[in-house]
Amino acid sequence: MNDILISDPTLRDGNHAVSHQLTAAQIATYCRGADEAGIPIVEVGHGNGLAASSLQLGQSLVSDREMLQVARANLQRSRLGVFIIPGFGTIPRDLAPALDLGADAVRVGSHCTEADVTARHLAYARERGASAYGNLMMCHMADPAKLLVECRKMQSYGAQGVVLMDSAGALLPADVRARFEVLVGGLDIPVGFHAHNNLGLAIANSLAAVEAGARILDGTARGFGAGAGNAQLEVLVAVLQKTGYATGIDLYKVLDLSDLAEKHVLKTIPLVRPTSVVSGMAGVVSTFARHVDRISLQYGIDPRDLFFALGRRKVVAGQEDIIIEAAMDLAQASRPAA
Amino acid sequence: MRSKLRVAILGSGKIGTDLLVKILRSPLLECGLFIGRNPDSPGVQHARTLGVPVSAAGLQAIVDSPGCCDVVFDATSAADHLRSWPVLRALGKRVIDLTPSRLGALAVPAINLHALADAANVSMISCGGQASTPLAHAIARTHANIEYIEVVSSIASLSAGPATRANIDEYVDTTESALRHFTGCAEAKAILILNPAEPPIHMQTTVSAKVARADLDRLRPEIDRVVAGIKSYVPGYQLVVPPVYDHDRIVVMVRVSGLGDSLPAYAGNLDIINCAAIATAEQFARQPALPLARSA
Repeated sequence: MNDILISDPTLRDGNHAVSHQLTAAQIATYCRGADEAGIPIVEVGHGNGLAASSLQLGQSLVSDREMLQVARANLQRSRLGVFIIPGFGTIPRDLAPALDLGADAVRVGSHCTEADVTARHLAYARERGASAYGNLMMCHMADPAKLLVECRKMQSYGAQGVVLMDSAGALLPADVRARFEVLVGGLDIPVGFHAHNNLGLAIANSLAAVEAGARILDGTARGFGAGAGNAQLEVLVAVLQKTGYATGIDLYKVLDLSDLAEKHVLKTIPLVRPTSVVSGMAGVVSTFARHVDRISLQYGIDPRDLFFALGRRKVVAGQEDIIIEAAMDLAQASRPAA
Repeated sequence: MRSKLRVAILGSGKIGTDLLVKILRSPLLECGLFIGRNPDSPGVQHARTLGVPVSAAGLQAIVDSPGCCDVVFDATSAADHLRSWPVLRALGKRVIDLTPSRLGALAVPAINLHALADAANVSMISCGGQASTPLAHAIARTHANIEYIEVVSSIASLSAGPATRANIDEYVDTTESALRHFTGCAEAKAILILNPAEPPIHMQTTVSAKVARADLDRLRPEIDRVVAGIKSYVPGYQLVVPPVYDHDRIVVMVRVSGLGDSLPAYAGNLDIINCAAIATAEQFARQPALPLARSA
């Protein structure tokens, strides 16, 4: 029996890092390697999940259907994970076909205060016999008591686990502990953590979560993910081994997997760049990074100012359209009076 | 002077409660019955204080006293509407559907207010549909080959009640069919985002259209005309990003503030669908000669 369930969204969160241009060949190669390494769940898709290929967030090179077909064909032991955010993906159009194609672990995500939009999707995934987990995104924006209320909703909808996503990489280890101490005591299902590395704390925060009772952790090869990336999978496995938690994953094999990912999948290795630090400080979702860089250049403004302006507006995941408007505002404000 | 058109409101949630305020103000409409399902719900309680006839018997209230109205606003949920429409049709009622059931004729006052005379069931689509389709329609009028059209709406969490949340799939589906219907573009996507920020955000909607070449000079006056037209029935509708062309797409963004009738001004989503429904009902009131209903 493993202590910690590791779920690997390299091929989903990592898609943000390449503007959703992962190829079918890259998906196939990584899935074979992850399967060989014994990764329990391999998540595949557009960065924001099923049906999120859009002008708003970036269009995928490969369709949802093909990504799932390719991944399924190359996974024997690993479960195939999909992510769906209600408001983007729907049950009949997206989730049902994904399950038909062999997805067997479903993450249903919502902003951390909006769990009730996930009720039907979680129930449907359970009905179809898939493992169903709830993801609460941007979990720095709600306090532990509010998060517990939302997790309990997901539990009541049939979620078999709830994962807090630190989508902006904004939490400090003490914030993580405070959240999990409350959740672990108040729920009957396992809780998990999905880190982002904006402040260089992805591994430290994941460890803090586990020490406070989390039993599901997300990690990606070399940290391949939005913005500064996620908790680095191979480091996570090593740290857990060192602290005495079993993951069922062989260290050498996951180290090999990370080399394979660097060689075949990663265009660039995630780095904590200045805009990622600012995004973490401002509490703005990591997926905005590439858009903020592009739009700042276009409007001649400092991307750091733009991140802080977006933070003041309390934007949530998926609101990429607001970047243009906030940029126009800033550009106008900085223009010298005539 | 002709008498007012008698309407009933089915559904006592945020939408139904706000509709009632607007009907009481309308020179052409009169509320014959406000209907909830729970006598203790805040909506039912509030309606009582306004002195309008109230029932907590749900659809049965109209079956029991069919004379209470000629037109029914359905502000329940998509699944409820599918069940109540056959009953209302058999009673000869005309229905304005505020759920995203996609059952009736798609209605957007800024586009087709005068083309609904024969429709016994009109669908108000969705809040995002009301905010976006007139803009999408303007883009389609000025650009022949739209490859793809996409609408993103962000609304304040506080403005989304339980039925809205449970119907998020239907919202997406219905808004997308309306976009296809009014633009002729086969590829459409709708996205809805709930934002819990305090103070609450005002509804914001972005329309993006993928076109090989943009004609902003022709589009801009069309958009201005559309915005002015919508403002005539949704005063808080405003253009925040005029059409720009960026990376092979036209982008235009509006913000919708509400009238603050039953929820504060941030709930522009509630206001735009309700104002559109009222404008549609008032048009029905102005065309009393038309057949009001058809039996099944």
